Amino acid sequence: MSEIEVGRNILEANQTMADRFRRRFAEQGVKVLNLISSPGAGKTSVLEKTLTRLDGRLNCAVIEGDIQTDEDARRVAACGVPAVQIQTQGACHLDGPMISEALEALDLGSLDLLIIENVGNLVCPVDFDLGEDMKVAVLSVTEGDDKPSKYPALFRAAGVLLVNKIDLLPYIDCDLERIHDTCRALNPKQKVFDISCRTGEGLKDWVAWLESWVKG
Amino acid sequence: MHELSIAQSLLGIVLQEAARHGVSRVTKVAVKIGALASVVPSSLTFSFDMIKEGTVAAEAVLEIEQVPAMGVCHACGAEMDMSGLVAACPACGSKDIELSSGQELYVDHIEAE
Repeated sequence: MSEIEVGRNILEANQTMADRFRRRFAEQGVKVLNLISSPGAGKTSVLEKTLTRLDGRLNCAVIEGDIQTDEDARRVAACGVPAVQIQTQGACHLDGPMISEALEALDLGSLDLLIIENVGNLVCPVDFDLGEDMKVAVLSVTEGDDKPSKYPALFRAAGVLLVNKIDLLPYIDCDLERIHDTCRALNPKQKVFDISCRTGEGLKDWVAWLESWVKG
Repeated sequence: MHELSIAQSLLGIVLQEAARHGVSRVTKVAVKIGALASVVPSSLTFSFDMIKEGTVAAEAVLEIEQVPAMGVCHACGAEMDMSGLVAACPACGSKDIELSSGQELYVDHIEAE
């Protein structure tokens, strides 16, 4: 009987790929966001509104992750932006090999910003680095103000939080301050924007911040 | 929810290490998992036991050590439990605190014959 020291990260294969992507993105001068939320929080609506408001001032592309259908890629493509759909066929998150395949369809050198819309899931995508510069969390107020404390991993890891559907606040029992307080405790450096994709409230500030972040 | 894909990566590492060291039977696989790693130990064990059949690790017992979520205060150096929400250092009140453990997900060692 012998004991063999291992000391290896279980997700090392994914991490190695992510590190390679990150170097490639930096070389090509493209900033990359990994957009994460639960299903129905409004990730694709955020993308549509953001891309429309950017109005071509940044060269963007989108990688869409869904369990099935290419509906989201078609919605994004309708904004005039190249969109590559990944269908995970059941997998609950995107990982390195899926991104590797999607990148082959994109001309990274011509891009300023690549947004990866992850599979709708508040838990699993957080563990899989895709080589992004920053994770962006979307939380809709209809999900409840307890979600950041119940699913802290995403809200701790996200550099930006978009609190969506704030036009519905008068009709529901959601304490927006509780969301802000919890997220501030989890990640004091997080940038927070309260938005409504439906009314457009807050989108101007978010898009202005995004534009300066990409150019900065 | 993704314990099966984690179990597949884990088994891959175990089989690589077994081959590298020329062992024919792995009896134990010791992993360390942080309390904040979003991995459920019982689900990981279930998935690992399901896929280890027919490999040199077929009889391996998965031993999971859970690493607590701890933080450190950059202002006063105090260590604190980070398993709940911590907005400020309980010792000095500084908000300049950082996770020091709790996100681990690695194979520590294996035992083999």
